[in-house]
Amino acid sequence: MAWTRKDLLGLEDLSREEIELILTTAESFKQVSTREIKKVPALRGKTVVNLFYEPSTRTRVSFEVAAKRLSADVINIATETSSVKKGETLVDTGRNIEALKADIIVIRHNASGAAAVLSRHVNISVVNAGDGWHEHPTQALLDIFTLKEKLGKISGLNVSIVGDIAHSRVARSNIWGLTKLGAKVTVCAPKMLIPVAIEQMGVRVTENIDDALSCADAVNVLRMQFERDEENVFPKQLEYFKNFAITEERLKKAKKNIVVMHPGPINRGVEMSSEVADGANSVILEQVTNGIAVRMAVLFLVAQAKDKLKNHEDID
Amino acid sequence: MKEKAKLLDKDTLNRSLMRVAHEILEKNKGTKDLSLVGIRNRGVYLAKRLADYIGQIEKVRIPVGILDITLYRDDLTLIAAQPVVHKTEIDFDITDKNIVLVDDVLYTGRTIRAALDALVDLGRPKSIQLAVLVDRGHRELPIRAEYVGKNIPTSQNETVEVHLVEVDGSDEVVIVEKE
Repeated sequence: MAWTRKDLLGLEDLSREEIELILTTAESFKQVSTREIKKVPALRGKTVVNLFYEPSTRTRVSFEVAAKRLSADVINIATETSSVKKGETLVDTGRNIEALKADIIVIRHNASGAAAVLSRHVNISVVNAGDGWHEHPTQALLDIFTLKEKLGKISGLNVSIVGDIAHSRVARSNIWGLTKLGAKVTVCAPKMLIPVAIEQMGVRVTENIDDALSCADAVNVLRMQFERDEENVFPKQLEYFKNFAITEERLKKAKKNIVVMHPGPINRGVEMSSEVADGANSVILEQVTNGIAVRMAVLFLVAQAKDKLKNHEDID
Repeated sequence: MKEKAKLLDKDTLNRSLMRVAHEILEKNKGTKDLSLVGIRNRGVYLAKRLADYIGQIEKVRIPVGILDITLYRDDLTLIAAQPVVHKTEIDFDITDKNIVLVDDVLYTGRTIRAALDALVDLGRPKSIQLAVLVDRGHRELPIRAEYVGKNIPTSQNETVEVHLVEVDGSDEVVIVEKE
């Protein structure tokens, strides 16, 4: 199985084998971060541009650390302080970055499909770091990697995703990835935060948190993005906590070794209680560590594929 | 690919390894601070066998590590098949150890160059030595092996294939001609 894509835009397009290749490659990269010299020369001389149209600390830092541990040079562009303010289009920005002879653009954008649009207009690699409500593939990959590390497999697992499914690219990418690998996915949220026809993605839907937890091997708790509630459809924070938060009391009724995940940043006392966030079932900080290995694997694979394509063009 | 000649069979291959084990012990004056590191893929099995022979001779188990050099190669973009990145598994501190790198075939020397870079990123050994089953010549870098199972002069349009029981089902070294 060889990786042939110059871009990583989402998990929807990937085959099971491609997802598994990223995961096994990440396993090998994980060990690099445990060494005294946390660096390998695999992407020496390559330039990675983090192009972020939305505020983000953890994803950007994770990509930056990943690129630096591969010896790539990293440039961060936050659009609030760039020419985007002057009205430059996404495609123009991308072409300018390409003209700087960068090799990979890591893009975060508030519009669904932005990474795909960019990838069609530049020849360099594009990695989607979250586009609107569409996909956040590396977050799902690191969730799945962590789950596999904890439980030894993905196939046959029951995984519940709890929270704002409607506005969550993390949920969508997780659903694509988990179902492709053979897990059974349940989504749980108040009715107004469950998107129409979500069942067509092959998931079970429930509005009852105890039901979602009862047979789950893992629960992925999404952040309630109250700051994005422009349509004013969200329940109040306290109401949400009462009906949907993961608490110790609710976990008592779940499987003893249930894995509790959260993509961060946590709203303590909203999606989950502090006791759960810091408790024995929580793997939240391991997710952060694994995120580096997964992003190293993705950067490495797309850079490799790009170089291969280029050699081909030269030969042709 | 056409097989031209068998250069080592099971007995001669294992005798060569046994001799190399003795030479390693002679040069290092025993097993103190001695460790072996096999380069993936076949170097790993050769390193384990050398450690077994050294164990038979000295009644001491010396540590054996596994080195994956994929991320350190200088020809990543040139090789046709995309290499799979495997784990490096060295669970002992290599600092101040005498490390014997083990590989199956020494050819251009570029694998060993990558292995040296990979190794010094993990610590600062007292010395790094090189043991190979076959030295086939045609070096492109100033690298040589302290311990050689068999020197085999080859032409560049030939390939030397090392087969080991652990992966290939038999022990032999054959020379094949590229077509």
